[in-house]
Amino acid sequence: MNQPMQQEGRLQYQRCGGCGHVWYFQRDFCPACGHAPPQTLAAEGAGTLHASTLVHRAPSEEFKSLVPYSIVLVELREGFRVMGHAEPGLALDTPVRCEMRAIAGRLLPYFVKDPDAA
Amino acid sequence: MSTARPPEMSWLVGSGLTRYGRHEGRNTLDLMTEAGALALADAGLARPDMDGLLCGYSTTMPHLMLATVFAEHFGLHPRYAHTMQMGGATGLGLVMLAQQLVRSGAAKRILVVAGENRMTGQSRDSVVQVLAQVGHPVYEVPLGASIPAYYGLVASRYMHAFGNSERDFAALAVLMRAHASRHEGAQFRTPITEDEVLASRPIATPLKLLDCCATADGACAVVVSADPTGANAVRIVGAAQHHNAQHISAMDDLTALGAGACTARALQAAGRSLADVEYAGIYDSFTITLTMLLEEIGLAPRGRAGARAREGRFGRDGAVPLNLHGGLLSYGHCGVAGAMAHLAEAHLQMTGRAGERQATRAGMALLHADGGVLSSHVSVVLEQA
Repeated sequence: MNQPMQQEGRLQYQRCGGCGHVWYFQRDFCPACGHAPPQTLAAEGAGTLHASTLVHRAPSEEFKSLVPYSIVLVELREGFRVMGHAEPGLALDTPVRCEMRAIAGRLLPYFVKDPDAA
Repeated sequence: MSTARPPEMSWLVGSGLTRYGRHEGRNTLDLMTEAGALALADAGLARPDMDGLLCGYSTTMPHLMLATVFAEHFGLHPRYAHTMQMGGATGLGLVMLAQQLVRSGAAKRILVVAGENRMTGQSRDSVVQVLAQVGHPVYEVPLGASIPAYYGLVASRYMHAFGNSERDFAALAVLMRAHASRHEGAQFRTPITEDEVLASRPIATPLKLLDCCATADGACAVVVSADPTGANAVRIVGAAQHHNAQHISAMDDLTALGAGACTARALQAAGRSLADVEYAGIYDSFTITLTMLLEEIGLAPRGRAGARAREGRFGRDGAVPLNLHGGLLSYGHCGVAGAMAHLAEAHLQMTGRAGERQATRAGMALLHADGGVLSSHVSVVLEQA
């Protein structure tokens, strides 16, 4: 089961009603305890920048016109990690927010500096 | 009825390594054949002596039954044969399996071989695309992430945690190139400087061209045996694996790989400790890979791998000679055989046949490789006979 990563513009994640485990890659059972079915939830979209890289060499034709672009890993407040695009130049641990943006023909997670964060 | 017990020991009795780089017009089977023949000759064995065959996968020949195809082509009639897929960790995974098979009595003499024409057998863009599949097909690959991007992400976090600089990474690229300059089979032999690494074009920050291994054609093979046949036997005394999540989005901690615990288990199986290691063959797909593995295994303190390289610790005459053939970064990377070259060099070093590259002491060797994006880990410990 591979569901889209978002619904109505919000990142989706899953939570186990049995053990409370939280994860991102969708499946129809909990990978920690096996309990089924899990809850599928929409994240608020706030998190912190965990890792980042600026890609200068695109892996496929559709991304060649976009280089350089920033790929990041973000630790969402709900307790799971997401790979996405981001505005370039953000330092690690910066508070960020997720917007879904059309990139290379797909709606993808795009992170910007969180204007509400202190 | 026979009551013969399987042997306690297993031995690496021969190795064969081709030149890495461009082998125009030669395919997977051609390259595997060259390395296989070299390994058998090194072991003083002939095809009928072999009863086991373990192969690494080939991206240019993605056959369902590559080991059987190779057995037919090369002329082997093994009673045990198949192919393994564990990314860059496959070569050492095959050696660990060969050790187990020999110990169990399932086979007595196993040819372990891998090779492919990864450089000339397909376009570079197709290589980049095939390898990007290491990422998640839904949550990572559609973002335009590449393998260097995955490692660039890991590198950013690692630098943040331990203070390594891009120049520290560069020191390892310089070291691998210096080592390769003494090996005529290496793909890249012209010495480079840290400034040249820093000035090379960006691929996925902080990684630049010279922080990344290139693609090569080539093959490598070793023979694992139940007895120390021939003149070049070394003992396989320990092996261990560790597996993380496949995808870095699902990895708990980007700075704790399990490589340290994995090598510790392999060393424990050998009755040895890290202080006993006299030669190291450590996977170096990127300078960050080598940095993280050296530091987590404990061959350098956190944040200090580059500094230790500059101080000479990992050179031919240093305390722990490392990848004296030049590693993936400079000897070359042709898939599964890439990390097997580390093994072939360790074998030459341990049997005193490395010529001008010969380390003073190489009685005990620790090898470690990872597959995916630091996802799967295998450690192997070898000791002189």
